[in-house]
Amino acid sequence: MSTRISILICAVAVGLVMYASVVGVPAVHADSPSGKKDAAAPTVLRNDDANAMRVQGELRFRANCGRCHAAPRKFPPRMMATVLRHMRVRATITDEDMRLVLFYMSQ
Amino acid sequence: MVCLLTKTELPVWLLRVPKRVGLLFACFVLACFMPGRAAAQSSNAEKPVPILSGSAGAFSFVTAGQQTLDEQINPVLLVPLGDRWLVEGRMECEGAFQRPASNEPYGGEVSKNLDYLEADFIANPYVTVTLGRFLTPFGIFNERLYPIWIRSLQQDPLILPLSAESSDGMMLRGGFRANARANLTYAVYASAVSSGHNNLQSDRNAGTRMSLYFPGPRIEVGTSFQKLLQDTRTNAFGFHFAWLVTGLPLNMHAEYARSIQGSGYWIDGTYRLSQLHFWRKAMRRTEIAGRAEQFFSGSISADDAAALGLVPANTREGEVGLNYYLRDGLKVVGSYARQFSSAGNLNLWSVGIAYRFLIPLGPTGAK
Repeated sequence: MSTRISILICAVAVGLVMYASVVGVPAVHADSPSGKKDAAAPTVLRNDDANAMRVQGELRFRANCGRCHAAPRKFPPRMMATVLRHMRVRATITDEDMRLVLFYMSQ
Repeated sequence: MVCLLTKTELPVWLLRVPKRVGLLFACFVLACFMPGRAAAQSSNAEKPVPILSGSAGAFSFVTAGQQTLDEQINPVLLVPLGDRWLVEGRMECEGAFQRPASNEPYGGEVSKNLDYLEADFIANPYVTVTLGRFLTPFGIFNERLYPIWIRSLQQDPLILPLSAESSDGMMLRGGFRANARANLTYAVYASAVSSGHNNLQSDRNAGTRMSLYFPGPRIEVGTSFQKLLQDTRTNAFGFHFAWLVTGLPLNMHAEYARSIQGSGYWIDGTYRLSQLHFWRKAMRRTEIAGRAEQFFSGSISADDAAALGLVPANTREGEVGLNYYLRDGLKVVGSYARQFSSAGNLNLWSVGIAYRFLIPLGPTGAK
């Protein structure tokens, strides 16, 4: 019985992973030709894009973080990056939300 | 390499693995290492730095006239490694002191528990692999609302002990956008270690939690399931709900859980008084909280229930509280609860202070 349940749980996990990998999510940097964020490239954003990302970042910050706790003040960028990596795991926030919140919180 | 070995040369444990499990595992490994669309997280300016965080608090609980002084410090260590790894751990050091008689000094025990110590590998945007001791993802309170600086009321919900707080093993989890209106989050885990050690309690179990989050109305709904793989081999399941009300500073959570040990629910709401038009500076820092909950005893003895930390009889409870944020991460709390039970009705008072600290262990990139 327990083996069946374990197999079922594994199957669900594998199915989810495969589904997610095939379907994909819209990239945050949609204006990038490859749709990927290049970590090494300088992040030169037009003012409009930056403002849009900031607005989206604030929205996602309030929606994701505010679900559990009061909004904290902003922290320096490298601290914020660690906190967000932790929250990505703990609160299972999406990759896209994490990037937008990081952008907003480190401005 | 395995292909070059004959069947007799393969290790015995490998021969015992069912083919279906092997195939699923192979698929999983393949999926984990599929190149994600967003691999690297950080530029140099945003390279994460190790952090010592956590919370500290001092509280006075009065339960049916019996006072308990509760002091605790719960350090959290976060060590990011490269772009994809995070090693994190949390300890809970708590002292609960009571006065045996009015003239005698306070005395009690200091407990030290390792809540979690885990290595997280962000395999791709959809999967994070967690190894080690982790908080059991059953419902939302244990994982997300437990820290004293986060919770709006300091008393634990009555149904909290229905699932194991920590598990030792492996977990897969992640969150991604299912469509334009909803995010899907999941956690699947197996705990391989059964430990009765005071500081490292865990059971052998397996389980899953799935939830949908709708960013528009800011509503989250989810369900949890856990199968105990030892002793009674019983199941537990639950549902949770969270709603961050749009246009109002109101945050609501609810949970239901059921297992052989009992069942019950709680629903709480926190309202920040920022919309009031008088004493605005003070009102922005003030929130009122309320919780209603009910617990139904299960098919276990009162002694077993007490050992798990459950109340011994069917119980209803209502609680109201007031929190005032002195500054970011520092709040003064107070609450009153009335408990109705066939074992006797009682009042519960609490007052205290909770603080969240965050100390970088390296350069922070601050200008």
